[in-house]
Amino acid sequence: MNIKLKGGIILVVLIAALYYAFPTYKAYQPGVDPQTVENKVNLGLDLQGGMYLDIEIKVEEAVTEFIRRTAVELEDLLIDEQVDFVEVRQTAGSLIVEMEEGKKVNLEVAPYDRFLVQFEQIPEGALTFLNLKEEEANRIRESAVSQALEVLRNRIDSLGISEPSLQKQGSNNIIIQLPGLKDRDRAIELIGPQAVLQFQIVNSNATPNTYNRLTEVVKYQEVWDKTTNKLISKRPFVLEKKILMTGEFIRDARVRIDSRDNSPYVALSFDSIGADLFAKITRRNIGRNMAIVLDDKVQSAPVIREAITGGEASISGQFTVEEADTLKIVLRSGSLPAPIEIREERTVGASLGEDSVEQGLNSLMIGSALVLVFMIFYYRLAGVFAAIALIFNVILIIAILGAFGATLTLPGMAGIVLTIGMAVDANVLIFQRIREELKRTENPRAAIQEGFGKAFRTILDANITTLFAALALLQFGTGPIKGFAVTLSIGIIASMFTAIVVTRFFFDLVYLRKTKLHKISI
Amino acid sequence: MQFLNFKEGQFIDFLGYKRFAAVFSGLLILAGIVSIAAHNGLKYGIDFRGGTNVQIQFSTAPNLDQLRQFFAERGMKNVVLQTFGDAADKEILLGLPIDSPLGTGENLTSELRNILLPQHPKLEIRRIETIGPKVGDELKISAVQAILIALGLVLLYITIRFQWRQGVSAIVALVHDVLVVVGMFSILDKEFSLTVVAALLTVVGYSLNDTIVVFDRIRENLGKYRKKSFEETINLSITETLSRTLITSGTTLLVVLALFLLGGEIIHDFAFALLVGVLIGTYSSIYVASPLAVLLTKLAPPAGTAPATS
Repeated sequence: MNIKLKGGIILVVLIAALYYAFPTYKAYQPGVDPQTVENKVNLGLDLQGGMYLDIEIKVEEAVTEFIRRTAVELEDLLIDEQVDFVEVRQTAGSLIVEMEEGKKVNLEVAPYDRFLVQFEQIPEGALTFLNLKEEEANRIRESAVSQALEVLRNRIDSLGISEPSLQKQGSNNIIIQLPGLKDRDRAIELIGPQAVLQFQIVNSNATPNTYNRLTEVVKYQEVWDKTTNKLISKRPFVLEKKILMTGEFIRDARVRIDSRDNSPYVALSFDSIGADLFAKITRRNIGRNMAIVLDDKVQSAPVIREAITGGEASISGQFTVEEADTLKIVLRSGSLPAPIEIREERTVGASLGEDSVEQGLNSLMIGSALVLVFMIFYYRLAGVFAAIALIFNVILIIAILGAFGATLTLPGMAGIVLTIGMAVDANVLIFQRIREELKRTENPRAAIQEGFGKAFRTILDANITTLFAALALLQFGTGPIKGFAVTLSIGIIASMFTAIVVTRFFFDLVYLRKTKLHKISI
Repeated sequence: MQFLNFKEGQFIDFLGYKRFAAVFSGLLILAGIVSIAAHNGLKYGIDFRGGTNVQIQFSTAPNLDQLRQFFAERGMKNVVLQTFGDAADKEILLGLPIDSPLGTGENLTSELRNILLPQHPKLEIRRIETIGPKVGDELKISAVQAILIALGLVLLYITIRFQWRQGVSAIVALVHDVLVVVGMFSILDKEFSLTVVAALLTVVGYSLNDTIVVFDRIRENLGKYRKKSFEETINLSITETLSRTLITSGTTLLVVLALFLLGGEIIHDFAFALLVGVLIGTYSSIYVASPLAVLLTKLAPPAGTAPATS
């Protein structure tokens, strides 16, 4: 290749590399807010501090819940239509309608046919199985995840983190990243609860030992000791199974302070549908206790003294102001369509992040300095070429990472350090080869050409196999390991380019242009 | 400046040490296996077994025994406490089992403060890592898959570029390296974590790099010196590439040493695995992969070209 063309290509790559590396340089200057700079290398949470959460949405429970609600709906309808049925049961993935001896109901006509949109009916004597169609189940699973994403986004917004990130991963996981998070416990309190609010009537005559298992259910009120944070007791309530109302009609929630004992409570206001429903429910149940159940735990069970028509309700409990505030936020953001589970948490304090950056940079500087000094000492001018190629290499890695807006983690920094040690390998292979050729021939020009030529194939073989190992690492998906695999892969590719093209260019420039070449410094 | 300056055709009889090398490698691996068996398996980090790690920094040097007693009094007997990093950092790593009432709690940091503050009024919770049981199992599978994928790709590539004999020899050398590093972690009672797996894969890539450079030279020299014996050609090839092998190992060791000494406690074990791996990888390319290639060529000579033996 023509030396001018080669020089041109290198110049173009160098300019592009500097162009893409510059935002990263600018972003991390003192006094600059990195967030204002685009296309930079982002620091991973382990380097800037913050929280990483891998959350699983229990989508199967959303499916079960859908079937349960449908069962209630169908049962109510059958009662309204005065159909002679025994019961509507629920199993995993299906409903079973059991009819009385000799009775039948045609589900294919109104008002039942709408159930057959989502369910497939299989009659079997007195029983009719309604199996939830797979595509419907999938739709429920998908919408559970996207809904959860929305709800979690709302809740996280209240944390006041400047650049929170929520991403769907796989079919039912969400990765939450909260850079700069200070209060870890509060984040978990906000993200964790499903926040399903239910209103159920208390049967004060029944006890946990004597209640109708078909129509009633026992739920507990937890009593906590605020100073030791220990659960003192669980008070049982027998509740009617029928859920009269849920939190879906909440328009707003606020924290108020009860003037009698200065204890905080959460005041709810319902939208117009909710207000009407609440008025209807309270009117029908005057004199009874209505339990306010949050995530299957009874919060309070006040007596309904009169019909409540204003569309307001309150949740009192033994809240601290902070807990009431958290409850307010989760009720405002709505309930999660399914419970969640924290699969993985990685939280790093800002000061540890700073330490890690410093340690990473120190090992990077000192490691590279040692390698550069050795190369120059051992290979003289050729070593200088290699050193320049190596610096070029590091700029190139930063530029590529920056261009893709990639995230640099501590293992990623280790990957760059390691690349520097290994990047000189290509140069070493070439230089050793040239030295060998110099023993064989009196012609340095031929030695350079032979050296590069013969080393090329080895460099390719050796680097491709190292790339395999890096690719296998990408297997780990996200997490700290991926950062390492990414910088290692980019480093290997960049180092091949700099060794084969850049170092060669210097040889061409300094030696091969000379008409009389007697000696080379290597 | 030059060292290991050999005249053309001059070589070191590396293959002459193959019995010694076999015993050495065998002992290294055996020691590792015995240690793993004696410890009832590897000491997995939380990445693989699940659980919670909390890194806490105190303002005064923490008394681990006292802290242990502290947790025990609160019914938490199976917490693991160890100092983290230099004593000067005054840091501890608190390990909670997967079913710890604290580990999954949303009040983890406030409860830890409640427990520790009376004794240590100034403390900083610097890092929390919780890995659920499912993730631990998934990561274990990913780790095994990643290692198998890497080895499979390597075998395929070398078989295509060279011969299956070289492919198998290279794989055996890589497995050798992995076993030695894993064994070393068991012997030194270090935790086997995800980053160690990453280091292992890097070592695989690195060691392979070395092996390929030697194999490349063997292939080249086999074509060049048709009169020399196979062993002699291999010895010559290793000798010719020896400077390169040592220089690259040297520069890589330099940076790995920088990581090990300056990179901080979090990547200490990672750097240690690389340190051992780079050393053993260099050794194995010369003393494991090459002698094996000779052995396999003797046992199953390539069709039509019975190799001359010395």
